[in-house]
This record gives sequence, C-alpha cells and structure tokens, in this order.
Amino acid sequence: MAAINDKDAILEGLAEIVNEIAGIPAEEVELDKSFTDDLDVDSLSMVEVVVAAEERFEVKIPDDDVKGLRTVGDAADYILNAQLSTQS
Amino acid sequence: MTATITPALGARHARILGVGGYRPTRVVPNEEILKHIDSSDEWIRSRSGIVTRHWAGPDETVAEMAVIAGGKAIADAGVAPEDIDGVLVATVSHFKQTPAVATEIAHRVGAGRPAAFDVNAGCAGFTYALNLAKDMVTGGSARHVLVIGAERLSDLTDLEDRSTAFLFGDGAGAVVVGPSDKPAMGPVVWGSEGDKSDVISQTVSWEAYRNGGEGVRFPALRQEGQAVFRWAVFEMAKVAQRALDAAGITAADLDVFIPHQANMRIVDSMVKTLKLPEHVAIARDVETTGNTSAASIPLAMERLLATGQAKSGDLALCIGFGAGLTYAATVVTLP
Ligand SMILES: CC(C)(COP(=O)(O)OP(=O)(O)OC[C@H]1O[C@@H](n2cnc3c(N)ncnc32)[C@H](O)[C@@H]1OP(=O)(O)O)[C@@H](O)C(=O)NCCC(=O)NCCS
Repeated sequence: MAAINDKDAILEGLAEIVNEIAGIPAEEVELDKSFTDDLDVDSLSMVEVVVAAEERFEVKIPDDDVKGLRTVGDAADYILNAQLSTQS
Repeated sequence: MTATITPALGARHARILGVGGYRPTRVVPNEEILKHIDSSDEWIRSRSGIVTRHWAGPDETVAEMAVIAGGKAIADAGVAPEDIDGVLVATVSHFKQTPAVATEIAHRVGAGRPAAFDVNAGCAGFTYALNLAKDMVTGGSARHVLVIGAERLSDLTDLEDRSTAFLFGDGAGAVVVGPSDKPAMGPVVWGSEGDKSDVISQTVSWEAYRNGGEGVRFPALRQEGQAVFRWAVFEMAKVAQRALDAAGITAADLDVFIPHQANMRIVDSMVKTLKLPEHVAIARDVETTGNTSAASIPLAMERLLATGQAKSGDLALCIGFGAGLTYAATVVTLP
C-alpha cells in the first residue's frame, strides 16, 4: 500500500523533481509559485514533472487535469487528494 | 514414407553493413513556417529544438529519395546491387498504395528481382523493418537486405496546424543488413498500443476525403501533442532500457544513442531518464532535419558517422516510436 504523504513531504518531493527537471534550486520551489511564470517549467517540462510525480507519489494525474495545476500548491493539493482517495 | 523438407539455412548473425541518406535540397527555416501559424522562432526552438527542415520539391519523390539513399547504402556496404535479395521500404507518405513502392526502388537500385515490400509502422517503421531484415538474414530467407525509410511528410502537413506545422520534414535514409560472424544486432523490444491509435493519426481517411462533404480537407497528420510527449518520455525510456537489458549491456557500454528524431525535448528527456554517460554520442539531427518519421533514424545514423561523432564498430541503441502507437528498439553495431 502506498504511503500517504503530508503536504510538507509532497512539497519537498515536488521541489526535488522541479530541481531535477528545470534546474531551479529546491528552496525556491514554494506552494504559491507558478510553474510557468516563476519556475521556468514550460508546458512540456510540466509533463515531465507530472510523470515524475506520478511515479514518486504513486498517483495518476491525467493529461486533462494537468492544465489545472498552475501553482506548486495546486499540484500538492491534487496529489494529497489523489493519495487520500486511493486509500479509502 | 513422407519426404523431409530441407529447411532454410540462415547466417549465424546479422549486421548493418552500410548506411546512406538523402536530404531534399530546399531548406525551410522557421520564418517560413511562421507565415501560416501564430508562433515564433523562439517558441519553435524551445519546444522542439527545430531550426530548419528540408522539404522535397516536385522531383524529389519518395521513390527518388529512396533510390538515392539506397544506392549510397549499397555502395557504403561494399556489396554489389545484384547481391541485394530483399528490399523493405518503411513509409507513411507514399500516396500510391499499389504496387508497393519497394518493387520500383528495388529495380531502380539495380537489385534485380528481389523480395520487396513496404512496411507501415509510422515513425517506428525503420526499426521494425530493420529487425525484419535481421530475421530474414538469420532465418535464411535473404542474404543482403536493403532497408529504407523514406518520407515526404510535407505532403501530409497542415500548414495551419500549430502543433505540427513546424515539426515535419522530408528525406530518406537506408541501411544494408547482411551476414556477420559475430553478434552485431541485439534482440528487438517491440510492440503496439492500439488502444492509443487515435493519438497520432491522419485527419480524414482517403475514403472520407473521396466522399467529400462540408469542411473535408486533404488528409494531414494530426496528434495530441501532450499525450504523445508523455508517452514518449515515460514509456519509451523504459522500452529503451529493456533493449539495453536484452542485449546484455548497460548504458556505460553504449557509444551512441539514436532515438527517433521526433522532438529535441523528447531526446533530452530520454537521455536524462536513461542516465546516459557523457561519452555517449546523442543523435540531435532533428535540429536541422525536423521529424522525418521512418527516415529519421538512418538519416541521423548517417550524419553521426559522416561528422565523426560516431565511428564504425560503435554500439548504438536505436529506438523508433510513433503512430499506432508502435515502437521498436534494438542495440546495433554501427557499420
Ligand atoms: C507539439 C508540441 C511541441 C506542443 O507543445 P505543447 O506544450 O504540448 O503545446 P500545448 O498545445 O499544450 O500548448 C502550450 C502553450 O503553447 C501555445 N502554443 C501551442 N502551439 C504553439 C505554437 N506553434 N507556437 C506558439 N505557441 C504555441 C499554446 O497556445 C499554449 O499556450 P498557453 O499555455 O498560453 O495556452 C509537443 O506537444 C510535442 O512535441 N509533442 C510530441 C509530438 C511528437 O513528437 N510527435 C511525433 C511523434 S512520432
């Protein structure tokens, strides 16, 4: 069974992923940052972030939902909800 | 008593003996693409890595380009044209389905009357045909097989489609596969995902086009860009890794990586995921050739060898993937 992460742990994981893919220092990845406007993650890098997040957090993030993930906080909430709903 | 059948006797191993390519004379810069779509040179470069592509003129037909590339591959292989006893042509953009264009090409390269047929596996067409050729040589149904990928994707490009207008190019690339004393082609890892057949496809069928009707335009290639990108970076890196495993080598043993030249961003992502070491030469031909579907891998192979980035005897991982969805990956020794 997949472990449920708290929001801080998800943020930490996302920061590592964004660092790996876009080269942005992990500490700059904060909940209110926009992927495209603040973190140099364009629409294709975003797909890579999503794919990496799916693996790491064991959730599914369909293409149609990716466009709705504007900020790091949006992504963290999405992942948290997805983890909770697969547990119940 | 029933007589016994004499089985075919193949070569112990197969290898690529030679490679050749043809790029159309007309070079098309991004500026020309911008006449038809709302975009920018900067956007096209950053999202695809493409700066220029070649578009074929009226005389640069699929057959014409294939004959030139095939002739070069035969010369490079050092075999006589009449020794070619199999010709496989991978293409999605030859507009006359019958007869197969492979027969005309076989005749025109001087191969005489070999087994000849076309292969349609989208952008995986070349790696599909390459592995068929290997099986023909080792299975004993042919000794020297000419494998060609040839495309005029400009004929199937909707110049007003923002997600494809800048992507496609034309050209032909070819190799000759023949017998070898030592293993020089690893096992193929291939497959198809027909549940995703609508992700890359022709806009309208020829039948629908013939029947006409409101708003029906000449067929073009269309794709769901994000879905294709996700599949390519996520699933194809795994397929590439499986091909390394099947060949019994690791990324550290590899000299060259030649993925289908779909988009530089896909190439970059695969290199990262596969953790390819610095010393591996990476095919980045898409920058000046665009995505030429079945022609992209042999064209990139030819250029890597011609520019000295790769050399004869190097171990190269080739992976083709595209419409179908289809994919095929294999490790080969370069000619
Ligand atoms: C085609 C491809 C480059 C498009 O990139 P993308 O990031 O998926 O593009 P999207 O359609 O999601 O659009 C992202 C943004 O760029 C814009 N955009 C799309 N096409 C554009 C273009 N040609 N020029 C400028 N901007 C463009 C969109 O309007 C959107 O802007 P917005 O976020 O402000 O709304 C990309 O999906 C791709 O290469 N996929 C793989 C395709 C492939 O290799 N196919 C062959 C496989 S064999």
